[in-house]
Parts: sequence; C-alpha cells; structure tokens
Amino acid sequence: MSAVFGYALWFAQACIAIAMLNGLVRLFIGPAAQDRILAFDSLYMNGMLMLLTLGVSSMSTAYFDMALLIALFGFVGTVALARFLLRGEVIEP
Amino acid sequence: MTTATLPLWVTIPGTVLLVLAGVTTLIGSFGLLRLRDFFSRMHGPSMTNTVAAGATLVTSMLVSSAIAGRPIIHELLITLFVSMSAPITAIMLLQAALYRNKARHTRDVAADGNST
Repeated sequence: MSAVFGYALWFAQACIAIAMLNGLVRLFIGPAAQDRILAFDSLYMNGMLMLLTLGVSSMSTAYFDMALLIALFGFVGTVALARFLLRGEVIEP
Repeated sequence: MTTATLPLWVTIPGTVLLVLAGVTTLIGSFGLLRLRDFFSRMHGPSMTNTVAAGATLVTSMLVSSAIAGRPIIHELLITLFVSMSAPITAIMLLQAALYRNKARHTRDVAADGNST
C-alpha cells in the first residue's frame, strides 16, 4: 500500500507540474493584463501545492514554512496588481 | 525515513486525497488555458484554491502527524489563510476586469463618435 502512496505522490507532482506549465502559457499569451494576473495567481498556488507535496515526499517539515510564506506573499502581490489595474496606483495618497 | 514506512491509516486516505488533488489541479489549469473569456477563466483556478489545496493540506497534516507521533495541525494555518484570501483576490480581479472592460468600451464609443 505504501508503494501506491508513492505512485500517488508522483502523480500529484506530475499533475501540478503540468498545471504550472499551463499557467505559464496563459501568462505569456494572456490577451489582457487581468488574464496575466490570474495566471500568476494560479501559478503561485500551484507552487505552494508543489512545495507541500515535496514536503510529504521528503518527510521534512521545512517545506511547510516555505509554503506558508508563498501563500502570504502571493496574496499580497495579487492584490497589489489588481489594485494597480483598478486605480492606477497601489497605495492611494 | 521514507514514505514506505508510513502506517496504513496515513497511506490510504493520503493516496485518495493526492489523486483528487492532482486531477482537480489538472482540470482547473486546463480550464484556465482553454476557456474563452476572462470571466469564464476565473472558475478554473478556484478549483485549485479550494479542493486541491484542501486535499494536499490534509495529506500533509496526516503525514507530519505520523512522523511526529502526535497530532500536528500547523497546516490549518495555510488552509485558513487560503480560504480567506481566495475570495478577496477573486473579487478584486473581477472589479479590475469590469472596470477595464467598461473603460475600453467608453473609449471605443468615443472614438466612433469622433470619426463619424
């Protein structure tokens, strides 16, 4: 059964890698700026999931902190970019 | 210590949840890539934000609990943060997209009015 768990881990990592490639394609071809921001949002979320699966496969707890930091700063980045699209500036005077 | 030494109560739910997370991530990213306009495309990554993130975090919680030998719930922090931040991100992106579409429409109408 543990071998099956290893295969499932491999499958999840492969799926997340393909998803990151799709997000990268959308980041490059996205017709408008908001498409690119959406692709960036999905890209950092997939990176967070990839770090979590890496932490499961290496059975170390160091990856968890990195995943938490990615979740925090990715959110800040997406909100700042969306606000820039909406207002033209990030922090209003 | 490798994943081969994990107990059975971790590997059976972990396998199901990891496969679920992988399939959901894949469907969401293909939705992001293939749907036609921006407002349809927003639905794809939200599957990743909810189902895949939740399943992976529960798996991570199970594995780290099995390693430490006691219940570890640190991963609930990420779950809480993602579930709080995803709707805010979606609403701000939607507002930006609506504003930009409206601005472009107004500009086009103004340009047509000047040309005729």
